[in-house]
Amino acid sequence: MAAQVGQLGDGERRKLLAMWETAPGLYGWLATVDHKTIGIRYLCTAFAFLLIGGIEALVMRVQLAQPDLKILSPDAYNQLFSMHGVTMIFLYALPMLSGFSNYLWPLMLGSRDMAFPRLNALSYWLFVFAGIFLYISFPLGQAPNGGWFAYVPNTSRPYDPGINMDVFALGLVFLGISTVVGAVNFIVTLARCRAPGMSVNRLPIIVWGTLTASAANLFAIPAVSLACVMLWLDRRYDTHFFDVAGGGQPLLWQHLFWIFGHPWVYALVLPAMGIVSDALPVFCRRPLVGYTLVAISTVATMALGFGVWVHHMFATGLPVMSLSFFSAASFVIAIPSAVAVFAWIATIWTGRPQFTTPFLFFAGFVMLFVIGGVSGFMTASVAFDWQLTDTYFVVAHLHYVLLGINVFPVIGGIHFWFPKMSGKMMDERLGRWTFWLTFIGFNLAFFPMHITGLMGMPRRIYTYPAVLGVGDLNLLSTVGAFMFAAGILLFLFNVARSLRSGAPAGNNPWDGATLEWSTTSPPPVYNFATIPQVASRHPLWEDRLRESEDRSIFGDGAAHGMLLDKGKETIGVTPLDAEPNVVLKMPGDSLLPLLLSLATTVLFLALLGQFIWVAAAAGVADFAILAMWLAPQPHAASEEVDVHG
Amino acid sequence: MRRAFLAGALVGLTGCAGEPLGYFDTAGPIASSIANLGIGLTAISVAVCVVVALLLAAAIWRRRGAGDAGIQPVNDRQPIRWILAGVALSTVFLVASAVWTLATVQATLPPAHPGLTVDVAGQEWWWAVKYESSDPSRQFTTANQLVIPVGVPVQVNLTSKDVIHSFWIPKLGGKMDMIPSRTNVTWIEADRAGHYRGQCSEFCGLQHANMAFDVLALSPADFQTWWDRQLQPASAPADDPGLTTFMARCAVCHTVRGTDAGGILGPDLSHFGSRSTIAAGLMPNTPANLSNWIDNTQTIKPGAKMPELHMLAGEVADVTAYLEGLH
Amino acid sequence: MVDHGEAEVLPVGGAGVVSTAWWGMACLIATEGILFVYLIFSYAYLGSQHVGAWPPGGPPSLKLALPNTAILIASSLVLVWGLRSFRRHRGPRRLALAIAATVVLGAIFVGVQGLEWANKPFVFSTNAYSSAFFLLTGVHMAHVAVGLLMLITLLVWTLQGRFNRGHHEHLALGSLYWHFVDVVWIAVFTTAYLIPQFS
Repeated sequence: MAAQVGQLGDGERRKLLAMWETAPGLYGWLATVDHKTIGIRYLCTAFAFLLIGGIEALVMRVQLAQPDLKILSPDAYNQLFSMHGVTMIFLYALPMLSGFSNYLWPLMLGSRDMAFPRLNALSYWLFVFAGIFLYISFPLGQAPNGGWFAYVPNTSRPYDPGINMDVFALGLVFLGISTVVGAVNFIVTLARCRAPGMSVNRLPIIVWGTLTASAANLFAIPAVSLACVMLWLDRRYDTHFFDVAGGGQPLLWQHLFWIFGHPWVYALVLPAMGIVSDALPVFCRRPLVGYTLVAISTVATMALGFGVWVHHMFATGLPVMSLSFFSAASFVIAIPSAVAVFAWIATIWTGRPQFTTPFLFFAGFVMLFVIGGVSGFMTASVAFDWQLTDTYFVVAHLHYVLLGINVFPVIGGIHFWFPKMSGKMMDERLGRWTFWLTFIGFNLAFFPMHITGLMGMPRRIYTYPAVLGVGDLNLLSTVGAFMFAAGILLFLFNVARSLRSGAPAGNNPWDGATLEWSTTSPPPVYNFATIPQVASRHPLWEDRLRESEDRSIFGDGAAHGMLLDKGKETIGVTPLDAEPNVVLKMPGDSLLPLLLSLATTVLFLALLGQFIWVAAAAGVADFAILAMWLAPQPHAASEEVDVHG
Repeated sequence: MRRAFLAGALVGLTGCAGEPLGYFDTAGPIASSIANLGIGLTAISVAVCVVVALLLAAAIWRRRGAGDAGIQPVNDRQPIRWILAGVALSTVFLVASAVWTLATVQATLPPAHPGLTVDVAGQEWWWAVKYESSDPSRQFTTANQLVIPVGVPVQVNLTSKDVIHSFWIPKLGGKMDMIPSRTNVTWIEADRAGHYRGQCSEFCGLQHANMAFDVLALSPADFQTWWDRQLQPASAPADDPGLTTFMARCAVCHTVRGTDAGGILGPDLSHFGSRSTIAAGLMPNTPANLSNWIDNTQTIKPGAKMPELHMLAGEVADVTAYLEGLH
Repeated sequence: MVDHGEAEVLPVGGAGVVSTAWWGMACLIATEGILFVYLIFSYAYLGSQHVGAWPPGGPPSLKLALPNTAILIASSLVLVWGLRSFRRHRGPRRLALAIAATVVLGAIFVGVQGLEWANKPFVFSTNAYSSAFFLLTGVHMAHVAVGLLMLITLLVWTLQGRFNRGHHEHLALGSLYWHFVDVVWIAVFTTAYLIPQFS
């Protein structure tokens, strides 16, 4: 039925709502495939893991506040530092960014959902269950205890006979499925599910960042999954991948682990750098300077990231030729990062800074990025790394890059997009307090570690003697850590209070440029009543930027645009130029993702207990559920797409 | 020998009182070469941070003409040129640093003819040290200490008996991992006499934190004296009560040359009295500390492979006296 | 910008590159493919560090493996023929036959390889070589097994009449997966069976 020309009626909106809305009650909660709900779940769950990992860190900092303290036994400490690493690196850092991307991508790209909504739900459920799985032995005092890097033979059965490292190995394989599934969804969504006109040179940088990270994950995760399978087999089935008595090689673990590990750390920061590249310009009242350079540098960093893994192995006695190559490559990889830093500074310089909370976090991020970057530059030098590696200098470096380049943009990003997600504004005064507490606390906690590292304090130690002379600096770090934690608590309080009683936000409180700001806050469940048509990188700024005569078409009352209301539908486009070429039918609520995740959990629990037949049965259940999921449904071969107006 | 040891300890105590694991106050050519590189890289890093901080501050607070905070058309030709200039300048420093790094690697390659070869095997959580010699009768084993002659390049053959450890004497040079079933070769050289600290630098389990060792650099003459002394058998009389207790309770795991004690599960304790620390660099070697260690092993170093012995006070005193007498 | 006018007729779901499912399968193949690259790397690394001959007991026999490789390749060819027939109006019967034949050939491959494994002078836990050999060929075998389950499912769906000439993406993607498994076997076979013959 043709809609009124130039006006979208309430009836039309109600029709879309009926088709897209999640069912009410428990069923809907378990079966939803709405990317916005899933995105928020990712954000909340990842943040919960941040808090858990943070508490682990605070307990460690108490133990390390002074020399020779006996608050923690070495065994307890080893479990804490291992789980702190696992939690932060696997259960917080990437899922948090996945949450942002999940929520934002369809809105930014002008689509109604991700390419595979049920797969999206699956990646979330797998993440939650894998996270719980990794903690399953923690209450028993048998948490993974070999470090997040789990070097063999220290984590082989003779030296670590309990279930600690089996939980680790199987847990990472389990979590890896979630990550790969999520990565596939991002890649295919980007390739095909965008609004007409959203060509690749108009994509927000967070999309470039997440896309790059996802492509990298496809190629990196199998390395660590393979290594973990080998570790588990060595430990429980007497194979000899790493076991020297049978001709195995301990360094094989390190190669496989770091072939994954190095690209992984770029996956943890590139999307966050994208958050800054998209949001900072809004508070500079101008587009990002050097968009093309920044997009290319994102991809270049990730590509180079596959060629530097040996810099984690500089002290292992590899041939000098190999060490020299990887050291040189580790210097080169700083070049694209320099591009990004100068682009951000240029954007601020040529813009008009608005001192909102998000701006503070993004400006602070630039400084922390550079500090983390130069400490990385220092460790890139193989000869100097022979002194720096395995000292607190590396601990300083990794925290500057992980908190500086992931956590700070994340908190800034939450302040930025909270109004869109909830319809309420966060409190600015509390936000400023949050920034200063976290920024000062962070630097107080981690800057001294550069110095203790240069003084030779080793890492991964549960205590240290007074004679090393690092007691005072460690005390300072502990104080800083608690100050940072206070900032995080204040942030949580701000979020909670703002959800209840924050000022109403309206569609576009920050006067942002991209399509998500064209919807209501929060957006309707179907995102766009009519699919937008995109003419530039900054659809909402076109009238003022006047880059060309073309204008994007968007908004609920849009005069032109595809309605796609013959079911739950969105438009598919060509990969590069975003020409519409297919109507994509989106699935409704489904319990299959949850069921598949539960069956997979049973599978991994069975493997942990070595109940192989139970595991096989769970595998068969997995297959059956997949068959139901993928079963062909009859549908029309083609469809007439009404262009509203 | 005692005199040499005291001299070394004195030098050590004054020379590196504040930072025993620091690597800018160096005592050998490798460490010194690396330290120069390190100072250069640190200087560049600090400079970069300062410049960026200034640029960021300027970008944020620079004077802007009066005008609205609205979105306006932009022309980014000039800013992009600045970005590229900044990247070009950064590249120059990166390339220079890479070249300096590779030059340092070349400068610290092992010499063709080491003056001395020592085999060090790491195990949880101590160091087995064997001095090589072309004359087999001059080879000997010790533990948790490395004594070297000043001015002589020493080749160190590294391996592990269990998990991966890492051999590190910051004041003399960089780290090298000790990997089971593999021999990694590194080399060290001291250019002045002194007492230095070594530390395990690869997470190796419960007591990784307490796996250190002593390094003593002596003049070549003193070093020879020390070596000759190490080859002497133990000299306590056969009915020494400490020796008797030692044979009954300790010889299962420990060796003392010149006695029937031949255990190899724990550190070789020959000439224990001349060592400066106990339990892999954990505490100074004094009678009080030694008695405490024998009595409360698992409290002091929980998880160590040496069990609680539950010896009588008298037995502990006897063994302490015996071991301290092994100079 | 394209002028859409009042309405446009677009395919629903699409086939091949136009569909999103194709891209999903491409990503799956990419990630599973790189897994085999890492498996081969591990096998080669263990071999390069090994003291003594690699494989320790001499190269594996080609007696069963070579014909078995031919069987697996044949199964792919049969599948290609079946799909092509189906696309040329030949109805579901030839297709069903082709899928069934592919399953049979694939099952023979599994059986023969199982026989070969059982007759090896080593087991999984013998040494580094045996661990690497069985993991490399075993992970491939697991992919074959999953592929067989998938083919059986496709066969059932074919017999249920769920596919027609214009609408059979599952068949196309499923057979893509099977061909991938085949190509991987060629790489695994070369690594574990052929190269040791010459080194």
